[in-house]
Amino acid sequence: MTTTPAQTRATEATYAEGEGPILAVEDLSVTFPTQDGPVTAVKGLSYTVEMGKTLGIVGESGSGKSVSSLAVLGLHDAKSSKITGSIRVAGTEVVGLSESRMRKLRGNAMSMIFQDALAALHPFYKIGDQLSEAYLVHHPSASKRDARRKAVEMLDRVGIPQPDRRVDDFPHQFSGGMRQRAMIAMGLVNDPSLLIADEPTTALDVTVQAQILDLLQDLQREFNSAVIIITHDLGVIAEMADDVLVMYAGRAVEYGTAKQILTTPEMPYTWGLLSSIPDVTASTDARLIPIPGNPPSLLSPPSGCSFHPRCAHTDKVPGDLCSTQLPDLTPASGVDHVKRCHLADPEMIYRTEILPEIAPDLVEENR
Amino acid sequence: MFKFTVRRLLQMIPVIIGATFLIYWMVFSLPGDPTAGKCGDRPCPDAYVAQFEEEYNLNDPLLVQYGKYMAGVVQGDFGESYYGVPVSEELSERFVVTAKLGLMALGIEAVIGILAGVLAALKKGGFIDNVVLVSTLAVIALPLFVTASVLQLYLGIRWELFPVTVGSDTSFYALLLPAFVLASVSLAYLARLMRTNLSENLGSDYVRTARAKGLPQSRVVGVHTLRNSLIPVVTFLGYDLGALMGGTIVIEGIFNIPGVGNYIYRAINDRDGVVVVGAVTALILVYLFANLVVDLLYGLLDPRISHD
Ligand SMILES: Nc1ncnc2c1ncn2[C@@H]1O[C@H](COP(=O)(O)OP(=O)(O)OP(=O)(O)O)[C@@H](O)[C@H]1O
Ligand code: SF4
Ligand SMILES: [Mg+2]
Repeated sequence: MTTTPAQTRATEATYAEGEGPILAVEDLSVTFPTQDGPVTAVKGLSYTVEMGKTLGIVGESGSGKSVSSLAVLGLHDAKSSKITGSIRVAGTEVVGLSESRMRKLRGNAMSMIFQDALAALHPFYKIGDQLSEAYLVHHPSASKRDARRKAVEMLDRVGIPQPDRRVDDFPHQFSGGMRQRAMIAMGLVNDPSLLIADEPTTALDVTVQAQILDLLQDLQREFNSAVIIITHDLGVIAEMADDVLVMYAGRAVEYGTAKQILTTPEMPYTWGLLSSIPDVTASTDARLIPIPGNPPSLLSPPSGCSFHPRCAHTDKVPGDLCSTQLPDLTPASGVDHVKRCHLADPEMIYRTEILPEIAPDLVEENR
Repeated sequence: MFKFTVRRLLQMIPVIIGATFLIYWMVFSLPGDPTAGKCGDRPCPDAYVAQFEEEYNLNDPLLVQYGKYMAGVVQGDFGESYYGVPVSEELSERFVVTAKLGLMALGIEAVIGILAGVLAALKKGGFIDNVVLVSTLAVIALPLFVTASVLQLYLGIRWELFPVTVGSDTSFYALLLPAFVLASVSLAYLARLMRTNLSENLGSDYVRTARAKGLPQSRVVGVHTLRNSLIPVVTFLGYDLGALMGGTIVIEGIFNIPGVGNYIYRAINDRDGVVVVGAVTALILVYLFANLVVDLLYGLLDPRISHD
């Protein structure tokens, strides 16, 4: 394999491997004081991401995926939020880091691409100028011309045709897919070690979605960066992620490798997510079972396990443990696989009750 | 851009005709005898009345009167006032004063309004924000002539900081207090508009992107937020010039400023229709041009609007 200049530069400029994970989040909590009382959108969240790896974060709307990622970039307003715990980026603690030092990391060592590229790009400035700006702010000695060349190069890299011409277009002159490509180009312009993609494909149609995901994978290989991909779509997880973090009501409820989460999940909420999407194994007679009920209110969260009002398996747990005691994150059967649930024998329940519902043919094969 | 400007200028013609006709019609169909009071206590002699009616075409049907009047206006002849002074002559002298007053008011409004709005939005809920909210509310609630009289009393008479009335000295300094009063109400609305807009835009997705890039706060606000927030402000300023023009009628009266507003005020009292129509027409022209400028500025501020 030949090494591209970008690769050498990426590894030089970034965190050396072997020094531990590029991102280590520990016991992170984010609370917003609101008029109706404090809203704790993220509670005791811990995870790590290694260089070159992809972490997928899944969960329903409002489960705290975006809030936790914005905390990593320090994008919450210090006055209207309270952040506790620890976030280490390349070994540097960023919780409580001064705004000026945080700014040096943002868009440089770590960057974020947002869901709705039309809203996330500035409507009044040319695509090229927005890219150059992102480059210049972290390369103050570079000339305007260097920055523009860099912008064209990045647009080319993400597959924008005629980049030297399109660089002078405004966002509204791009198609939805091209805008998201430009957004990705902007996120990668400074070769970040960590890229957070918050639902990068939700606003796009299916074929474009696939192209964007392919592009992200290619670029990750090329830049060797760590990627966090936030999504509702377990199909995206299956394609992209090495590790998966399942969030519910601000907490991690299951965390493991993609294989573990997709094939031997041990937490009823994850089962619900698997049942509520078109089957990942592409079975035709699989049933789509949406999770009943709604995500809980963060203002008055349910007692015990946050999922208990919607859980179909509380009867298998002795007493009223589910509604009185919050389960800890405990080891599941696999290595480094953890789940937050009181069920004593989740594997068994998954195999006999859940799997036949969502992937009947898989069960047939295994007989 | 050029085509757009020409098209807009052509569109102004029917607006001008419509507006002047409405004024003409209203002024000249007011009941009452235009010669009343012109000859002391007695009614005017018939010969004088006849000459007067002849001169102002008062015996023609209204449309013909209007037609003859407009034919003069197009050639720069706005007719003569009842005192025999050509309206165009007096108007052009007075127009300079009113334009000065109006522009000063617009400048004060823009600078203080935008600044107050920005400061309030950046520290929402803070001290400055509260000062801005309370003081703007007070200014909006007070009628213009009350604000004018209070400031005249304190700044003019008690503390002698500014001349109480303007009179013939229409220097920048003399016009400062009237311009400030004239601007006050609009200034309050503008500050609030700016505050709401800026704080809304500060929460938008593209501002979050700007911060995520690692830009310093000054650039996030100055480059990525202000420009958008200025669009509604520019619109407001443009349309507000109309309100300011209306306000000059009151302000020029209170401060005795020899401008168009004062001219109109006196002409209305004298039932001097020719003057009223001429002066109001001049103000309408200003208003129309201000709107054209606003639309052109739009295109400069927002690239999504094209003026092809
Ligand atoms: N600034 C804030 N003030 C108060 N509450 C907030 C604030 N930001 C987010 N929240 C709340 O935190 C919760 C988690 O929001 P978050 O955006 O992380 O959800 P999400 O998992 O990203 O959902 P989605 O899939 O819809 O993007 C939501 O209930 C939201 O209302
Ligand atoms: S702890 Fe109880 S309520 Fe929560 S997921 Fe497990 S079984 Fe369901
Ligand atoms: Mg989100």
